Order: sequence, then structure tokens, then C-alpha cells
Amino acid sequence: MAFYVAQFLTGLASAASLFLVASGLSIIFGVTRIVNFAHGAFYMLGAYAAFTLTERFSGALGFWGGIVAAALIIAAVGVLVEMVLLRRIYHSPELFQLLATFGLTLMVEDVVVLIWGPDDLLGRRAPGFKGAVDFFGQSIPSYDLFLIVLGPVVLGVLWLLFQRTRWGILVRAATQDRDMVAALGVNQKWLFTSVFALGVFLAALGGALQIPRDAVNHAMDLRVIVEVFVVVVIGGLGSIIGAFVAAVLVSELNAFGILIFPKISIILVFLVMAVVLIVRPWGLFGRPEAPARRTPGLTVNPWRPLTTNERLVALAALAVAAALPLVAGNYVLTVGSEIAVFVIFAVSLHFLMSVGGLASFGHAAYFGLGAYGVAFLAKLAGLPTIVSLLLGPMLGLLGAAVFGFFAVQLSGVYFAMLTLAFAQIVWSIAFQWVSVTGGDNGILGVWPDKWAATPSHFYWLSLGVAALVVVILRVIVFSPFGFGLRATRDSPLRSEAIGINVKRIQWTAFVIAGTVAGLAGALFAYLKGSVFPDNMGISLSVDALVMVLLGGVETVSGPVIGAIVYKALNIWLVSQTDLSKLVLGAFVVLIVVAFPKGIVGTLEAIMQRGRKSASSASPLLTSRIETAE
Amino acid sequence: MRGYFAGAGLMVAVATVAGSAMAQSVIKIGEINSYSLLPAFTEPYRKGWQLAVEEINAAGGINGKKLVVISKDDGGKPADAQTAANELVSSENVAMLAGTFLSNIGLAVSDFANQKKVFFLAAEPLTDAITWSKGNRYTFRLRPSNYMQAAMLVEEAAKLPAKRWATIAPNYEYGQSAVSVFKKLMSEKRPDIQWVDEQWPPQGKIDAGPVVQAVAAANPEAILNVTFGADLVKLVREGNTRGLFKDRKVVSFLTGEPEYLDPLKDETPEGWIVTGYPWYSIKTPEHEAFLKAYQAKYNDYPRLGSIVGYQTIKSAAAILAKANSTDPEKLIAATEGLSVPSPFGEITFRKIDHQSTLGAFVGKTALKAGKGLMVDSVYRRGSDYLPSDAEIEKMRPKD
Repeated sequence: MAFYVAQFLTGLASAASLFLVASGLSIIFGVTRIVNFAHGAFYMLGAYAAFTLTERFSGALGFWGGIVAAALIIAAVGVLVEMVLLRRIYHSPELFQLLATFGLTLMVEDVVVLIWGPDDLLGRRAPGFKGAVDFFGQSIPSYDLFLIVLGPVVLGVLWLLFQRTRWGILVRAATQDRDMVAALGVNQKWLFTSVFALGVFLAALGGALQIPRDAVNHAMDLRVIVEVFVVVVIGGLGSIIGAFVAAVLVSELNAFGILIFPKISIILVFLVMAVVLIVRPWGLFGRPEAPARRTPGLTVNPWRPLTTNERLVALAALAVAAALPLVAGNYVLTVGSEIAVFVIFAVSLHFLMSVGGLASFGHAAYFGLGAYGVAFLAKLAGLPTIVSLLLGPMLGLLGAAVFGFFAVQLSGVYFAMLTLAFAQIVWSIAFQWVSVTGGDNGILGVWPDKWAATPSHFYWLSLGVAALVVVILRVIVFSPFGFGLRATRDSPLRSEAIGINVKRIQWTAFVIAGTVAGLAGALFAYLKGSVFPDNMGISLSVDALVMVLLGGVETVSGPVIGAIVYKALNIWLVSQTDLSKLVLGAFVVLIVVAFPKGIVGTLEAIMQRGRKSASSASPLLTSRIETAE
Repeated sequence: MRGYFAGAGLMVAVATVAGSAMAQSVIKIGEINSYSLLPAFTEPYRKGWQLAVEEINAAGGINGKKLVVISKDDGGKPADAQTAANELVSSENVAMLAGTFLSNIGLAVSDFANQKKVFFLAAEPLTDAITWSKGNRYTFRLRPSNYMQAAMLVEEAAKLPAKRWATIAPNYEYGQSAVSVFKKLMSEKRPDIQWVDEQWPPQGKIDAGPVVQAVAAANPEAILNVTFGADLVKLVREGNTRGLFKDRKVVSFLTGEPEYLDPLKDETPEGWIVTGYPWYSIKTPEHEAFLKAYQAKYNDYPRLGSIVGYQTIKSAAAILAKANSTDPEKLIAATEGLSVPSPFGEITFRKIDHQSTLGAFVGKTALKAGKGLMVDSVYRRGSDYLPSDAEIEKMRPKD
């Protein structure tokens, strides 16, 4: 019995650390609607700063002062980030801020190694909380007890802050309806900045408090960020109490789960999230989001098919690309094939995300399923390349059909997180089912037949498939189905009112996107000759998001450009420098500032403006667009 | 669609940058490792091979040709490692590939090498598969494998009186195969042993408190640990606080390597039986020469990564010198059975499975002046801890 109590308390201590970080993320999202990918980076910076300060100043005051000071310093950094970077892009398309914070995260990972060195750092133990308390023969670290108390204290302080102060009232109001708050004359700028500062402070505090039990290292951010997102979503976005309950739930399930299934930790949080979201689509304590008030159809230039001239340009570009094997060597051709594969992958996500308005955070699942499909067919069944290429993506289709059915019942960030959960579940199956998938050692020797084996042939194959896919998806976008899909994106209520079966259309779109992603994965398997669980990992899903956002989420051809720019740059930087993350991150941040609508989006806007001023088009429409923005 | 234009432009730009011609008087080795993902290991590793390159070229290069190592980062992703391997082979025309840390990346590159018929000297990946079940004729491996390290530890562990054993290992291939080999060899030697608990925390994400508590609840007499890096630090801290290691024997993979032992500082648990690299107590002339050269160049002490990096390039140079050619078939012929000196004494690349006989030090952890050390360490030659040739031939696919 004492053991179970001890295990419960241990779970509570883990929950407290998780809650600190999660509450910060929840507050930031609730008010600013920013999916703050950099939250883990601030957590890590907090730990590093606390390490330095507590090493410099000894004693109890030095330690606790160092922890708080570290959190305050990092909060100040957060304020700087908010004012310099995020303020510029609040009016960008949704999720664009994700791109900015993603770039920051990349930079921070390299920066901490530059500043603090590559070694794991062992922080001091907390003065006064070094030992353990004996509980009927079970040792419970006193620091755990401290954390167990601290969690509810922080919850209480936040509750008072939100319920009893004017600032808290404004924050709650903004969480509920920030347009209305703005309309009532509240200075949103400073509200956002202060909220961001508080959120970052909590993240950094959570990181700083880890130093007595963790090793400070440059991978801390990724370790925590996904888990924290999951906790926030399980609890319900913007709900502090929800975050607390979810943190306790997840930590306790883990603490007791490992007694029965020692391998459960790898997937537990995602299983819980999937179940919670299917049963309660807005998390445990979340409220259904009010229907979006803005009409996205007006904020962008209406989509139109390419004009004849533009088609000719595109064809010419394709012809130039197809002529590449005449001048380039094998390496460039293989890189070209890889870029073509990622163009396919990016346009498939774009179809779901921009056309359907369903941003998936787990799109790599279908890419990976396609890759594994090919690996099974080619390696186990020994099918020829062309057959495997055609049938392999069917595994992606199947996965998309099953998961998509559940996912499209949700919308917004909840949809995104459910897709993430599914992707992680698929990933962990590939990772754990060693006898079939080879585990993380993957499946090797998936090479194409002779006719496609040379780099130039494979390049033409990938390029051809990519061109075909882009054309087909464009045709779909401008087909009646595409218009229906865009209608469901712009206003689910109105489209339902005119008789569109919203869920079925979204499900179909999900399946199309998943199949195309599977096709990309199938090509990728043959390109690399091997398949790994990595092929369906979070980082690949994030890469796809970045490509679409970089190109411009509100454009039709954005993902093609985004994929080419991001992938080519990524490959080149990784080859040229060990600080590729720093440079790539800086580049992403610069792009975000310079092209607040993505590369293609901003270029289109500039061209549009040029055309407008030349022809002085209907002033009424222009003014409406500006208002909507 | 308009994108292809920009794309083609970029590709042409890449082509012109990459298409530099290879000078006649130079031999290139292409090196790949997870520099950005695992800097704690790869920084000393890089220093190690840079020292080797310097020494080789100071001594006149390889048969009069200057040795150049072109190094690429794989970011910890198998797919990126293959891109890098491709660049090294296709654009840089390297004579051979070398390096890699993670097992899946080592396997990906070895498969690439097999497909493209390129010589590959795997430096670090520990998986048994790379020389056995997924071995191929183009791939050789330097470091003692999972099996070899397990066999070395089992030799010590079997002497312990403990009968109830628990295991803690990261939940991925390395941890899984380390545990399964250890269990198998241990049960062969000691049929009386019981395995009372196993914990599989996700790599890099251990929730140490519950894990320690769960292991303690099973009340084992001895524990096998396979975690390393930040996970190890957390495990040790929780274990120390909760008294998990009190009166229990612990056998631990890799913990004696400075990369993993040094961060534990004054929390280093005492008396763990570990494999590792006690650079401070190896008094052989070969090692002293290496240590002196390393410390003179970097003003820092070597980690195990330094040895691996140094020896990888030294071995590669010996192979290239003996083959006197960059033809992969000649390189393979030269490597099979080749003996080269190393800081740990002479090692041989076996013909049967392309594994080197580099060994490891087995010893006990100790705490002195707030720092972790390995004491009573003995060098175990790799050749003594390999299965019989018949067993290997059963596992390894025919070329």
C-alpha cells in the first residue's frame, strides 16, 4: 500500500513540473492564439540560465534567488521576442506565428551549445531539499514534496490573478473574445506582451526547477514541448485548471502504467489525448470555440486558375527542370528527386490545410505509411517497383480513411492535435513492432528496379509524379468539389445550410491528402532505399507545415515554392555547416518578418497592389479587404 | 508550378558549387556523424580524427598523398545521412565513407554502401546487426558491439551472488538488444537467475521517479542499466535520493565513458560495474603517446569519442595505404585480416564478420574529490568476447 502511495506522490511531482510549463503555454494560446512552438526553448533557456546563476551564487538564497532570477531574465527575453518578432505578425495567416517560433526554437538549440558547451550539465541540488523522507519504508525525495506543494500554489496564484485583478479580467475576456476586447478599447499590444511574458516566465521557471533532478542539455526543449502541448489540449485550451488536471492525469497514468506495461511511456500521452479528444472534442475543461467571425475568403486574393501565360511559364519551368540531368551530376539529381518528393508531400498537406482549412500536425503519418507500404510490398512480397509504387500509398489511404474519420469531427487546434496523436500512435507501432517493421533499425534494401535505379531516371520519375500531382490537385481545387471544400473552410455553418455535407467533404479531402502523402513516402522509400520510423516522426510533420507556411498558406502555388526553398536550403546548410539549425532558424525568422504572408503570398500581394494601382480597381472591394485584414 | 523555375536555378547553383575536381595528390575520406544532435560525443570525436589527420599528414600522408577528411552532419536522421553519403560519394569522390554514431544511421549508410558499392568503416554504431544479421561485404565496424560489451559485463556480473535481477534500458533498438544479449548470456552462465522487473523508459524522456520506484518495488538484488546521457543523470539522481542503489549491485553499459560519467560529478554512484574509458589510468606506451599528443593539441582530456574518431581515421589510413588504391574491392581485400596499432594496443579487422577486435575497459565506478572515476579497470580484448565462427556464419548473410 505504501508503495502505491509513494508512486502516486511521485506521479504528482512529475505532474507539477509538467503543469508549470503547460500553464504558460495555455495562457499564451488562450489570449494570443499563438501556437508557441518556442515554449520548450524558453523552458530550456530557463534551465540553462538557472544553472549558471546557481553555480555562481551559492547558498540557499543564491539557489532560490537564482531560480527566480533565471525565470525573470528569460521572461524579459520573451518580452523582447514578442515585441520585436511576434508583434509584426499577429495579422498574418493563422499558424504563421508557429513558423516564427519554430525558427526561434531551431536557433536556440544551437545557441545554447555555443554558449554552454555540448556537455550535459549537472545542476546543484536544492538547499534544504536534498534528501528523502521515509514513508513506511518508501523513500520520497523531499524535493518531490516541494514540487507537489508548488504545483497547486502556482495554480492558486494564477487563479487569483485571473479572478481578482483587472488584468486577469482582461485576459479572460480576451481568451473568450479578443475582437470584442479590442473593440472596447483595451490596449491589446500590452495585454499580449504581458501575457506572453507571464507564459514565458512559467516555462522558464519550470525549466529552472528541473536543475536539481535533471541534466541540463540542448535537447530538453524537444523533450518537453510535445508533451506540454498534449497536456494543454487534454485539459482544454486556455483552461489553467484543465492543464493542471491533465498534467496529473497523464503523470499518474504513466507512473502506474509502467508497472503493468513498462513500454507504455513512449505512447501514453498520445493515447490519452486521442481518447479524450474523441470523447470530448474540446478537451476536459475546454469550451467549444465560438464560430470564427472573420471571413477568410475576403482576407486573401480570391484564388483563380493560372492564366494561359502563367501555364506556359510553368511548363517552361518544368521543361527546364526536366533538362537538369543534361548538366547536373548524380548528387544534384538525387537532391532534386528529394525536393520533388517533398513538393508532393507539401502540396498534399497544403490541400488539407489551405484548401480544406484543416491544419494537420501529423501529416507525416501518411507519408510514413506509404513508405512502409512500399517496403512491405517490395521486400516481403517482392513486387516490382511500379506495382509497389502504385499499391504502397494505399496504406497511406487506409490510414487516412480510418484516422481522418475521427479527426474531421474536430476543428482548429484540436483537429491538429488529434492528427498529431494518431501520427504518434502509428509511429510508435512502427517503432515497437520490431518483428514486422524492424523497429528503429528500419527496413533496409528497398531499392528500385533497374529502370528507375539511376539518379537521372529516378529524378525524372519523381519530377513527373510531382508535376502530375500538382496538376491533379489544382484541378481538384478548381473543381466543384474544391469549391465545396473551400466553402466548408470559410464557413462550416453556411455551407451546411446550403446542403453541403461538411464532414464527408472534409473526410474525402483528408483521404486524398493522405494518399498523396503516401505517394510521396513511397517515392522517398525508393529514393533512400530504406524506411525508418523517422519517416513518420514529428519533425517530418513539422517540416511539412513549415514548407506550406513558408510558401504562403493562403496561396495555391505556395507549397511548391516553400518545399523547394526549404528543402534545398536545408540540405545545403546541413552539408555546409554544423550550425545549420542556427542559420536555418534565422532564415525562417527573417522570412517571417520580410514575407508576412509567406513567400508566394507576399509576392502575390505586391503584384496585386501594382495591378490595383495601375487599373485603380473597385475601391469598394479594396477597402473591404483592408477592413477584413 | 512556377516553382520549378526557381528550383532548377537553385539546383544548378548547387551543382557548380559541388562540382569541384579532385586533385591527384589527395586522398579523400568522407566522414558522417550526428554533430548537431549529439555534440557531447561528436565534439571530442571530431578532435580525435582531426588529430589523426594531422599526424598522418605530418608523417608523409598515405603513400605520399595528402589525406583529406570531408566531414558532414547528419542531424541524427538516417535519411539525411544518406543524402550526405551520396554527396560525399557522387560529388566529392571520396575513397571511402566513415563515421556515424546511431545504430539506425549506421545501418542506413551501410545499406547505401552496399547498394552503391562503396567502402564504409562504421565508427560507433553498436548494433549487432551491422556486422551480423544485416552485415554486408562493404561495411566494417570499429567499436566493440553490443554483444561484445554485454559479454564483457556478463563475465563480471555472473560472479556476483545476486539472483534477482531487474533491467532498465532505453526503449529503442540499442537498449532492447543490449538487454536481450545480456539476459541470454547471463542465463547461460547462471541458470539460477530470476529476472524480476524490466523498465523501458523512452530514450531521452525518462520519468525517473516512477521508474526508480517501480524497480525498487520489485526488490531486485542487482540491476542492469543501459541508459546513458541525460537519462542516466536523472536515473542516478532519483536512485541516489530514493536509495535504490543502496546494497544493490549495478551493472551498467557505457557508464565508465567520460562522456557519461563526468556529468554525474559528485553524484557518481560507487561500485557499479561498467564498461568505459579510464584515460587517467591507462599506462601503456601507445595510449600515453596518444594522450600526450591529444592534450598538447587541445589542452583538454580525451573522451571515448576522441579514441573512436582517432582510431577510425588511423585505421582508414592504414587500409588505404595497404590497398594502395581506392578501388572498393581492393580496400575490402586489404581490410580483411588487417592489423593496425591503436591507443588500446593492436587491433585486427576480422575477415569473417568485418568486426574489429578493439576492446573496452571494464571496471568499477568510484567517487574521488567530487568526481566520478573508473577504478580497478582491466582492458578486455574484443577478440575474446565474440561468438564462435559457426554461429556468426549462421547469422551473417552470404555476400
